[in-house]
Amino acid sequence: MSHTLTLAHESLVARPSGALFWPERRLLCVSDLHLGKSERFARRAGTLLPPYETHETLLRLEAEIEATGAGSVICLGDSFDDAASLDGMEESDRLWLTRLIAGRDWVWIAGNHDAGPLEIAGSHRAEVRLGALTFRHIAEPGARGEVSGHYHPKARLAGKAWRCFLADTARLILPAFGTYTGGLWADDQALTGLMQPGALALLTGGTATRAIPMPR
Amino acid sequence: MKTLPPALSDWFTAKGWTLHPHQWDMLARAPDPATLLIAPTGGGKTLAGFLPTLAELAQTPAKGLHTLYISPLKALAADIRRNLRTPIEGANLPIRVEDRTGDTTYTQRRRQRADPPHILLTTPESLALLLSYEDAPRIFAGLQRVILDELHALAESKRGDQMTLLLARLQSLSPGLRRVGLSATVEDPPALARFLAPNTGILLADPGPPPDIQMLETDTPPPWAGGGGRYAIAAILEQVKQHRTTLIFHNTRAQAELFFRDLWLANTEDLPIGIHHGSLSREQRERVEAAMVAGALRAIVCTGSLDLGIDWGDVDLVIQVGAPKNVKCLVQRIGRANHRYNAPSKALLLPANRFEVVECKAALDAVQGGTLDGEPRGPGPRDVLCQHILLTACSGAFDADHLYAEILTAGPYAALTRPEFDATLDFVATGGYALRAYDRWQRLKLTGTTWALRDPRAAAVIRQNLGTIIDTETLKVRLKNRSGGTPLGEVEEAFAATLTPGDTFLIGGQVVRYEGLREMTVEVSNQPGRDPKVAVFNGTKFATSTLLTQRILDIFKRDRWPELPAHTAQWLSLQREVSRLPNAETLLCESFPHDGREHLVVYGFAGRNAQQTLGLLLTKAMEEAGLAPLGFVATDYATLIWGIDAVHDAKPLFNLTALQQGLETWLAGNAVMKRTFRASAIIAGLIERSHQGRRKSGRQATFSSDILYDTLRKYDPDHLLLQITREEAMRGLIDFSRIEDLLTRVAGRIETRRLPRLSPLSAPLFLEPGRIPVQGMGRERLADEAARKLMEAAGLA
Repeated sequence: MSHTLTLAHESLVARPSGALFWPERRLLCVSDLHLGKSERFARRAGTLLPPYETHETLLRLEAEIEATGAGSVICLGDSFDDAASLDGMEESDRLWLTRLIAGRDWVWIAGNHDAGPLEIAGSHRAEVRLGALTFRHIAEPGARGEVSGHYHPKARLAGKAWRCFLADTARLILPAFGTYTGGLWADDQALTGLMQPGALALLTGGTATRAIPMPR
Repeated sequence: MKTLPPALSDWFTAKGWTLHPHQWDMLARAPDPATLLIAPTGGGKTLAGFLPTLAELAQTPAKGLHTLYISPLKALAADIRRNLRTPIEGANLPIRVEDRTGDTTYTQRRRQRADPPHILLTTPESLALLLSYEDAPRIFAGLQRVILDELHALAESKRGDQMTLLLARLQSLSPGLRRVGLSATVEDPPALARFLAPNTGILLADPGPPPDIQMLETDTPPPWAGGGGRYAIAAILEQVKQHRTTLIFHNTRAQAELFFRDLWLANTEDLPIGIHHGSLSREQRERVEAAMVAGALRAIVCTGSLDLGIDWGDVDLVIQVGAPKNVKCLVQRIGRANHRYNAPSKALLLPANRFEVVECKAALDAVQGGTLDGEPRGPGPRDVLCQHILLTACSGAFDADHLYAEILTAGPYAALTRPEFDATLDFVATGGYALRAYDRWQRLKLTGTTWALRDPRAAAVIRQNLGTIIDTETLKVRLKNRSGGTPLGEVEEAFAATLTPGDTFLIGGQVVRYEGLREMTVEVSNQPGRDPKVAVFNGTKFATSTLLTQRILDIFKRDRWPELPAHTAQWLSLQREVSRLPNAETLLCESFPHDGREHLVVYGFAGRNAQQTLGLLLTKAMEEAGLAPLGFVATDYATLIWGIDAVHDAKPLFNLTALQQGLETWLAGNAVMKRTFRASAIIAGLIERSHQGRRKSGRQATFSSDILYDTLRKYDPDHLLLQITREEAMRGLIDFSRIEDLLTRVAGRIETRRLPRLSPLSAPLFLEPGRIPVQGMGRERLADEAARKLMEAAGLA
């Protein structure tokens, strides 16, 4: 069961997968995919993590695209773990990603991990404005109608940690969608300083999206 | 060598010391390649181990490292250094002794590598680090003897498995190396001897007279449940007054803290009493140790951190608070009293609650019967082997055939097959994944016949992750003041996360106020007099042995209990009245509401591992029956399960065939397995320990090991690390065969008693640590409920 919220008079759906859907525009938005993270770890640190997370992330992304019938996709930045991640991707994963992009209006927003130019189909932008909404990687103080990612928020409820959206009347912060991504507790100063009093945390990862007051 | 060099024997004579027979025996056996000395605590074991070294170095002084001494405790190394100084300085021997532990300064460690002392005292972890350097062959080339102290303790853990691999390495570097193991009394000396080396000679010292051990009976009866023994403070203080020095052992650090605080509140005569446990800061522990050595303390409240033979003076009484969980450990603790050889040790057992009265009685019977317990350890775990291969690569290029041959000489790895070794090496080199993704980024590269690190800079990271002890995350606690703050100790991160400024908690026996978190340090101020929360430490967890469990069940069978204190006999009678006492023939289950949740207790008396497996199986059956279980905890006697809905008849849950179906999947997805995976993944070098200094606030934590585990299970189910995780779980955590035995024995005789409230026997289960959450629909229902309440409270619903 998803949670519907309103931001700048637009009706948006926070899905239990951690993806955001905008029904009016058939637009799916995901943040912080961090594709190629295990390859970067091997390259940089010599740690050989199970090399399956890109496959797993694409599998979940494909399932969300199919479930929503999205015609547009916005990836909110940090889609790739670094500039070289695209090169290091398995050929089959790369082809798969290309198939997902084909026939869709696909936007890659630049993040701090993947700020440089990327050689993959889709349009590459620093930020995107659609109607009253602005899509960018890192939230900017004072912004309104802003949808962003970057922080990977998470919160505790019933003895468990959940990845979560943070929502107030001015902005929405998405949880990380990537498989190998950790999180930042919602009560961290970086987030409490950004969100208004009365903000909600929308917990994902279960069978439903559950709203709670944002922990502070 | 049957005689001592004159310098030493003159000094012994001057001091009026005579050697014990087993100390002479050790001198006689000095040329043997491997000797295991088993002697009671206080039997002069350590001196026996060092005598041949002192004799050899006194006769033929040589430069370089002669003897390596390895103990499981840092404190022990420092203590031994103090104790060795007396004969060395007294007899004026030209011998340099130094210790090397995690506490040794960087400068000193560098100097020790350039110019090693004659005798180096260290821990397995510090030795692993030393062996990972390129200059290890030079440092250890002339090594003559290695002494492993407290071998019985080392042999029970992965630290011991790693130790045997390090010994194999040392033996290659110095083929003439002689091994000596020192151990307290154990149940199976030949097994320990094989662990030390093939063809080890065993030397059994006179075990001494039987200990004088009794249960401490008090005017106040022990409480129904709970731990810590605070009801007996007055009686214990009285005992402290009557003795020179008393050691007061507790089973957990939290209990030691609470007890220590209350002891001081009652200590109107201001007797000097200290506290010592592993969560206190090094400075605090050292202060207590120094006071103890100086004979300035009348009593010391302590935990397992004092279990191992630190020798500080004139202890004439040992008090064990809380039931001893195994007989062997009890016997070793008792041995701490009265360090005069051939004088009986004096000890008192203080049961903390009424169930423990029964446990203490069973333990006393076992000690008097002279029976020891213990379970054999299986073959050496392969996560430790992964780390050993990484360590070897750090020290330089190696040949796989040579390394395999060397590893086979380590006791626990003697049966390692070549394919197993090759798979382990492949994991270390390439990750060992079905998807060969890392050909460009291999960790180890094969050139000709030798393997080496692809990127030599990786050695620094590998060294930081050496060791097999996996701690829960802890944070340092400091008193907030201008000069940086006095360190007080550590608390678990999960506990620190529950604190808000103004909360008070106990640490180091004092009540402190939480001020805030700064750079991953908990800052506190003094706040005496407030009623504190209890800090959570990763204290020692003991599993009661099968032997004791059986003795307890025997006690339950009796009609009356004249040998037990009246209060405990009444308590057992009360259990018999409101429910019944468990027995071996019919499986007793109790079901009752408590504190807003439904509970089910299953008294299987099958041992902790089997009871834990039962918890996994029953929660699976409950999940399928829609009973929304939330979690469980297992002891050696029972499993306590809590959830949202009541279980009125447990019998249908015990359908063995149904239990086994999908068991693999359920087990694999469980928190127990994830915990096991995390530990093995850290040891095997797949993930790094988190370095607290590097974590900064305002940044996301790294992904959790649970995600790696789930991903591996999905895409690479036969991966080596999953094999290791399953092996580890089978070794210690999962015990399906005992469940089958139990169910066969009771043959369908499963009785569920529905009670209005918790039963007398179930009460102690509620205080048991090690609760395991169940991530099923119950958790989702709980989250729905919690979310609804929060929204209502915030006026948002």
